[in-house]
Amino acid sequence: MNNYTLLGKDFTPPDIVAKVTGKAKYAEDFRVEGMVFARLLSSPMPHARIKRMDASEALAMPGVVGILTADDLPPAVSPQKPTLTNEPHYVGEPILALAAESETIAQDALEKIKIEWEPLPFTVDPLESLYPGGANARTDGNVVSRGGSGKPPAIEETKWSARDFAAVEEGQLPMGQAQAEWAYGDVEGNFEKAEYIIDETFVTAGTSHHCLEPRSALAYWQNGKCIVHGSSQSQSFTHPFLAQMIGIEPKDLVFIGEYCGGGFGSKGYAYTEMSIPAHLSKKISRPVMMRVSRAEEFFVGAARPGFQGRVRLGFAGNGRMLAADLHIVQDNGPDTGFNDFMSAGDALALVYTPKAMTFKGIPVATNTPPRVPQRGPGQNQLACVIEPLLDKAAKHLGIDRVAIRALNDPDNNTRYGPKQRGLTSAYLNEALEKGAAEFGWQEKKKLSGQKNGSKVMGIGVGQAYHSAGSKGFDGLVVITPEGKLHIHTGVGNLGTYSHTATSRVAAEVLKCDWNSCVVVRGDSRKHLPWNLAQFGSNTSYTMTRTNYVAAMDAVNKLKEIAAMDFGGTASDYDIGDEKVFAKADPSKSLSYAAAAQRAIDIGGKYSGKEAPEDLNAMTKTSVAALAGTGLVGVAKDTLESEGTPPAFAAGFVLIELDIETGLYEILDYVGSVDCGTVLHPMGLDQQIKGGAVMGFGMATKERHVYDPQNGLPAAVGVNDSKLTTYLDLPLEMRTAAVDVADPMNPVGARGIGEPVMGCAAAALLCAISDALDGHYFNRIPIVPDMIVNAASGRDQSHGPLAINTF
Amino acid sequence: MEPEFYTPPTTADSSKLTAARVSRRSFIKGIIASGATVASGSMLGTLAGCSAETSSTTGIAGTVERLITLNINGKSRRVDVLPQETLAMTLRYKLGLTGTKLGCDRGECGACTILIDDVPTYSCSTLSHGVRGRRVTTIEGLQAPNGDLHPVQQAFVDELGPQCGFCTPGQILSAVGLLKVNPSPTRDEARRAMSGNLCRCGAYDHYLNSVMRAARIS
Repeated sequence: MNNYTLLGKDFTPPDIVAKVTGKAKYAEDFRVEGMVFARLLSSPMPHARIKRMDASEALAMPGVVGILTADDLPPAVSPQKPTLTNEPHYVGEPILALAAESETIAQDALEKIKIEWEPLPFTVDPLESLYPGGANARTDGNVVSRGGSGKPPAIEETKWSARDFAAVEEGQLPMGQAQAEWAYGDVEGNFEKAEYIIDETFVTAGTSHHCLEPRSALAYWQNGKCIVHGSSQSQSFTHPFLAQMIGIEPKDLVFIGEYCGGGFGSKGYAYTEMSIPAHLSKKISRPVMMRVSRAEEFFVGAARPGFQGRVRLGFAGNGRMLAADLHIVQDNGPDTGFNDFMSAGDALALVYTPKAMTFKGIPVATNTPPRVPQRGPGQNQLACVIEPLLDKAAKHLGIDRVAIRALNDPDNNTRYGPKQRGLTSAYLNEALEKGAAEFGWQEKKKLSGQKNGSKVMGIGVGQAYHSAGSKGFDGLVVITPEGKLHIHTGVGNLGTYSHTATSRVAAEVLKCDWNSCVVVRGDSRKHLPWNLAQFGSNTSYTMTRTNYVAAMDAVNKLKEIAAMDFGGTASDYDIGDEKVFAKADPSKSLSYAAAAQRAIDIGGKYSGKEAPEDLNAMTKTSVAALAGTGLVGVAKDTLESEGTPPAFAAGFVLIELDIETGLYEILDYVGSVDCGTVLHPMGLDQQIKGGAVMGFGMATKERHVYDPQNGLPAAVGVNDSKLTTYLDLPLEMRTAAVDVADPMNPVGARGIGEPVMGCAAAALLCAISDALDGHYFNRIPIVPDMIVNAASGRDQSHGPLAINTF
Repeated sequence: MEPEFYTPPTTADSSKLTAARVSRRSFIKGIIASGATVASGSMLGTLAGCSAETSSTTGIAGTVERLITLNINGKSRRVDVLPQETLAMTLRYKLGLTGTKLGCDRGECGACTILIDDVPTYSCSTLSHGVRGRRVTTIEGLQAPNGDLHPVQQAFVDELGPQCGFCTPGQILSAVGLLKVNPSPTRDEARRAMSGNLCRCGAYDHYLNSVMRAARIS
């Protein structure tokens, strides 16, 4: 498929031995002399105000060192998430942090702090807040306008009218005033042409990220600089935001994030909790370790927004989606939240390419944990809603379920959404085909509905999408006089190994032996380039570009140096075997080591004494620090990128469902993807399977449960949240990839991390509905008692719009 | 590169700094604990970690440390331990063995799994006083003295077992425990043995591939 030496080949990631030997140090594994321990005091109420607080008894306790409250910090501008607060908006929101010589003392001291609370109105149901007279989650409103075009998010109040609620039937989602809406095409005209129309109200649950490493952090100050050991998915991108949260210049912050125990979107870059030890350390002049407990991680670790929605879909007789009408009320949590609902609308337009569509959405504040991106934010909820409904249409119209997807899938010529944007390339159809072949779809169709006692077989197919790339960041490599290629990367360690998979592009371009390469990362003192965060499935696309342009810059400089030494022009020279040589006479050559020494001697741009003007300030600082150490290749990615780079995935599931217990067993799973050129086959395999594991949880187990009367959570720990285990999976899982290069990326790569979750979730939902002969729940998660109710023809124990159900 | 050693700023309140310094008693205890058998390097701050008796405290009722001897990775380690102290905390904060991870600290996730007499055990739910006279093996104890990886560790590398790596030490110790009693497990037996170890990245399939490879090669 391609002639790469390194790309598309497996490799041993440089950080993996540390992971299997316990030498990998995560934030809580560092120790500093004189370190004290901080504990958080968190809100016991969903919404309240501190009337009076007395910490004197706690502060007088032996071993207590100091306290940090909201009054010590600049106030947050509503609706932004505060670091600490005197008016908490959810149970578990941090009020203050207390430091002591030991954690036990800190916890004992927290018990001595007296707080007089003034309880305030609260809500854990967005729809309830939209009712006339419904409670607002915040004193200043209930709906976040997401700003855009430079405007910061703002809080406002929206109530729907009694007429809005009366206009629909019981159990149907009304749609009053929206916060965001768009449309394209002749929607009603296309609905009139439709042979089959689906109109369903749906609910998707909020889910906690539950990163296995809680967001503990250690911070201390040394010679005016703040050193933070934190847990972040990203390295370079975290740095300036964390500096801002601490209130210092980026040059005064050292950020070490060499390892991260899982983020899934919740540790995309800096978050407020990471700054607490830094603030507290500054105040008490002691290093502060703040260990975050599992229960605290549930609260401050944020969550995926849930949806209450309604969708109308119009299909032609051949299964083509003609029109779509999507309404979403998003559970936006207590503060800014995230734009999942917008992404869901975008994904419907892109994945199913309806000829006309309207979208309306509103993010409504609730007194539940903050909502931040979670793997496929919006797109994966949308996949769980729409994919089973495609099955419903296929069944009604007598079309194969893979065929109806293929008919509606985007391709290289697709223009989608209100702006009629194009895609860099799209091979979802090929991924679907490849997955169906690997799974044996045609054969397995015969198993659908087969009964064995109380057990029924079901098969399902699901698709999902996420945008998968960005542009405009910097690459930085150094060839040292020892002949080593140092590839500096600002990519974090999310666990995908893409810090190294993308760095290998530089080695490929420079035709370096991989053993001559060093990936430099994980610590802001290592002079890293400005790279985008490791979120949004973007790394493979974005940072292959940065490493490509930096390596190309190094290639050009090697040739220029050779031309200076041997005569002629740079174009007379080529590279190979870690040498630059004259094309006409390969005996005229310089080894990379010699060329690096020459670069140091020549100076200027060759050794990094001069750097391109268009670099980000972080990269410029790094280049200045590295100047004179070798031949510096550095550049901003100004390569062409037209259209949305997509990541597409298709999942296939075979289950055996016990209709008496509602339990199922997954017998087979195949995940098939379109991510452009495959950079790292085993890494891709890991992502496809790991995404599926999380997707199965999303489909059938994980959910927020909040008591509407008291606003208290009923599912906090990992056990309550029912994370997927070894025993919930098929014995083996299989994967496939289209592996066709994307024309807008120099090595053809795009990302994939997010849709591999949504496609598996959707496929499992579809398999369950298949085993139940076409019963569609319009809700995730589908839990066993829902299955038993459906199988026995009983009503569900919740209404169609109820959220926080067990 | 700046060293990671912390120097208290000179502007700080001097009484607090005095309080920060390790007391003579703690220091002596530290020496005793470090003895001739200490294998780990930096233990800075470990005494502040979970000791109730630092220079500035007189101790809280029922929280007096006792010096005990533990057998950790084949070595005798003398260490001051509180009655309520878990093995995970002793390993991490007193013996410098931070390869044992705390994911939940409540017996739900398995990240803290270690071996006690070759049996996989959650160290977050095991009191340190209770393992006197038992053989404790942590992730740091698996590598051969010459640095060679344990066959299970090597298999986890070869099969690209870990993703984020946080649950990996626990997964590996569960696998080592399994292979000691069942050197040739079926894939189904392996997943049942490993099912007390959660992985939020969902690396289960690759972990199972690793366990099966380790069983083949060892």
